Amino acid sequence: MTVRAESNVSRRRVLRAICATALGLAASVLAPVRLLAAEWNKAAFDAKALPDAIKGIGAGGIAESDKIELKAPEIAENGAIVPVEVTSRIPGTQSIWIIADKNPQPLVAEFDFTEAMEPFISTRIKMGESSKVRVIVKAAGKFYETTRDVKVTIGGCGG
Amino acid sequence: MADQMRIRATLQGDVAEVKVLMSHPMETGLRKDPVSGDVVPLHFIQRVLATHNGKTVLDAQWSQAVSKNPYLNFRVRGARSGDKIAVSWEDNKGEKASIEATLN
Repeated sequence: MTVRAESNVSRRRVLRAICATALGLAASVLAPVRLLAAEWNKAAFDAKALPDAIKGIGAGGIAESDKIELKAPEIAENGAIVPVEVTSRIPGTQSIWIIADKNPQPLVAEFDFTEAMEPFISTRIKMGESSKVRVIVKAAGKFYETTRDVKVTIGGCGG
Repeated sequence: MADQMRIRATLQGDVAEVKVLMSHPMETGLRKDPVSGDVVPLHFIQRVLATHNGKTVLDAQWSQAVSKNPYLNFRVRGARSGDKIAVSWEDNKGEKASIEATLN
C-alpha cells in the first residue's frame, strides 16, 4: 500500500515535470511569433494589379533612385528560381519591397529592417513571365524605387 | 524540425553574414498534382523573423512567389563572437520552424 502510494506520488511528480517541460518548450517556440510587429499585409499581397499592390504597401510619391542596387539576371531560364539581390545606399532605409510587375499577384516580399541591419537582402523569387522586377525602398519616411527587366524563358508560377 | 532549416552565420569584421535555407514547398495554389490532376492548395511561408541575441532585427512578410525551399541572405551589424542569430518562420497554415546559430 505504502509502496503504491509512493509510486503514485512519483508518477505525479514525473507528470508534473513533463508538463512543465512541455509548457516551457511551447513558450520558447511561441516567443518569436509574439514579437511580430504587424499583421501580414493581406490586401497588398492579394492585389492583382500593380497600382493596388503599391497602394497596399502604403507607398506614394515614389522617386526613381540610383542609390538602390538591384541585381537580377537579364535572362532567367527558370522562372521558378530567379535570384534577386538588393542593396540600398539610401540613409535611413527601413523597408525593402520586391515586386514582380506581371506576376498574378505582383508583391513578392517585404523586409522591414532595424538600424542593426545592413540595408541588404538576397533571396530567390518566382516569376510567371518576363517582366520588370521592381524594388521599392522606404527611407526616412520617403519612397524610392528602381527596376530591372528580366526575361523569363519558362514561367515559374505553376511549377 | 531540425531538417526544416539550415543556417550559416559568419563574422566579417563586426558584421554577421547570415545565410538561411528553409525547407518548404511554397505552393502557389496554381500547380496541379501530376498524378491526381488536383490543384495543390496554397501553402507558403508568410512571416520570417530574425533576431540578434533575442532582439528582432529583421521582420519579413512573404507571398507565395518566394521560390520553393526559400533562400535568404542578410547582414547584421554590431555583431561579435559568441552572439546568437536566430531565424524563425510561420506559414499560412500556422506551421512554424526556427533555428539558431552562434557566431564564431
